[in-house]
Amino acid sequence: MTDIAMTVNGATRTGSVEARKTLADFLRDDLDLTGTHVGCEHGVCGACTVIVDGRAVRSCLMLAVQAAGSEVTTIEGLAPDGALGTLQQAMWDSHSFQCGFCTPGFVMQASAFLSAHPDADEQQIRAALSGNLCRCTGYQSIIDGVLLAARRSRAGISEGISEG
Amino acid sequence: MKLPRFDYEAPATVAEAVELLAAHEDQASVLAGGQSLIPLLALRLARPAVLIDINGLGELSGVSVTDGFVTIGALTREFAAEESATVADAVPLLAAALPLIGHEAIRSRGTIGGSMAHADPAAELPAVARALDAEFVVRGQSGDRVIPAAEWFEGYLTTSRRSDEILLEVRFPAVMPGTGVAFQEIARRHGDFAIVGLAASLTLDDGAIGDARLAFAGLADVPVRAAEAEAFLVGQRPSAGLFEEAARRATAGLDPPADLHGSSEYRKKIAATLVRRGLQAAARNAGERQ
Ligand SMILES: Cc1cc2nc3c(=O)[nH]c(=O)nc-3n(C[C@H](O)[C@H](O)[C@H](O)COP(=O)(O)OP(=O)(O)OC[C@H]3O[C@@H](n4cnc5c(N)ncnc54)[C@H](O)[C@@H]3O)c2cc1C
Ligand code: FES
Ligand code: FES
Repeated sequence: MTDIAMTVNGATRTGSVEARKTLADFLRDDLDLTGTHVGCEHGVCGACTVIVDGRAVRSCLMLAVQAAGSEVTTIEGLAPDGALGTLQQAMWDSHSFQCGFCTPGFVMQASAFLSAHPDADEQQIRAALSGNLCRCTGYQSIIDGVLLAARRSRAGISEGISEG
Repeated sequence: MKLPRFDYEAPATVAEAVELLAAHEDQASVLAGGQSLIPLLALRLARPAVLIDINGLGELSGVSVTDGFVTIGALTREFAAEESATVADAVPLLAAALPLIGHEAIRSRGTIGGSMAHADPAAELPAVARALDAEFVVRGQSGDRVIPAAEWFEGYLTTSRRSDEILLEVRFPAVMPGTGVAFQEIARRHGDFAIVGLAASLTLDDGAIGDARLAFAGLADVPVRAAEAEAFLVGQRPSAGLFEEAARRATAGLDPPADLHGSSEYRKKIAATLVRRGLQAAARNAGERQ
């Protein structure tokens, strides 16, 4: 077992893990942050997407020991005081999701992408979300939500807290 | 599935990594971005006893230019190479291929060296390396070796790297003036591995083709150069008819594998289409760069 420490959603979190434990399982099982979902466990569905040191990554393809010393943001970190951010509100307003299994992955991927590319158009948003699978919606409502968030951010309208 | 058990080593220097690899012979795997290796572990398709994590070896990342070569450290992330102005200017074919690899989150972690060492025959970067005659620098117990791309890719997921060797860097020749490039591929969905991919490069000299390079992904167990079509193109002036004939020659002798993504004939047909499109795009691009 290896002792690790990392910053998760702004707070220092520690644990003692086997090397084979993925970051996804560390977040869910050791830190009780079950908002990060685990679908395929081999990198194809995107449900486990979190932000590590500013970039979206698949947390099922990263070992917990590899995240030691990093800054991790999970879906729980987007609305720490319960108020929805611009992206979350826009997705809510667009009825982006149905069962919600894929939701944390899409929201984290979209959040990382929009902060790096606030002027993204629909084509770029589709490409950025291409690695996330949804079995319910048919994707259009998800794209609509992200586009709406981008438009609202550009217009300076921010419902709730705004994402960084 | 959860990952199987393995011992985990995180060396602090390349020398230490080489020592560890040698000590464990073929029982150890290098862990770079993990975007291919971790899925292989999860699916039990690979069962190394030891993982040697090279992510702490900062000296293995970065892009530099010397003597007409662009050197890319093995641990350079795919996204970092994609954002590199040096890569965009001096190895535009690589820059064209990088955004086609998987998805954003894959490129956040995946590395240039990992893609080359993994040697998936449908992957983009190996085709680029083959088209540009890149060189691979490896280090093992008996020292460094420089391996040309033509000898690096040996078979399906197999390279000429020995089990005690670590890939240090990949060297690409800097682009010549008057060169246009294109990376074309057909995939079922954005970000999927290509059914067939094509790396194309044309260098124009006074309107005539001075150098032509075509390398396919997805047509065999290694990336394939279309040498006969390349030789045919040299000395001629770009035209639709010329590219049509080049496409015929590039695909005439091919017998691509069939799988659930496409039959052999389908792949061959796509390959010919990609040659036409790739050469047209490269010729246009060469015009713009002149
Ligand atoms: C959903 C998904 C989609 C993808 N789509 C594509 C795609 O469309 N096109 C594409 O090309 N790739 C794709 N990939 C794979 C991706 O590009 C990988 O990042 C790449 O193939 C491997 O790089 P890595 O750094 O992650 O290597 P790892 O997974 O860490 O390693 C891969 C192999 O290379 C060896 N290795 C790595 N670095 C070294 C080194 N320096 N020296 C010696 N051996 C080394 C490892 O031991 C291992 O055998 C996809 C992956 C996923 C999960
Ligand atoms: S659970 Fe990580 S990509 Fe599916
Ligand atoms: S909302 Fe059900 S999987 Fe996307």
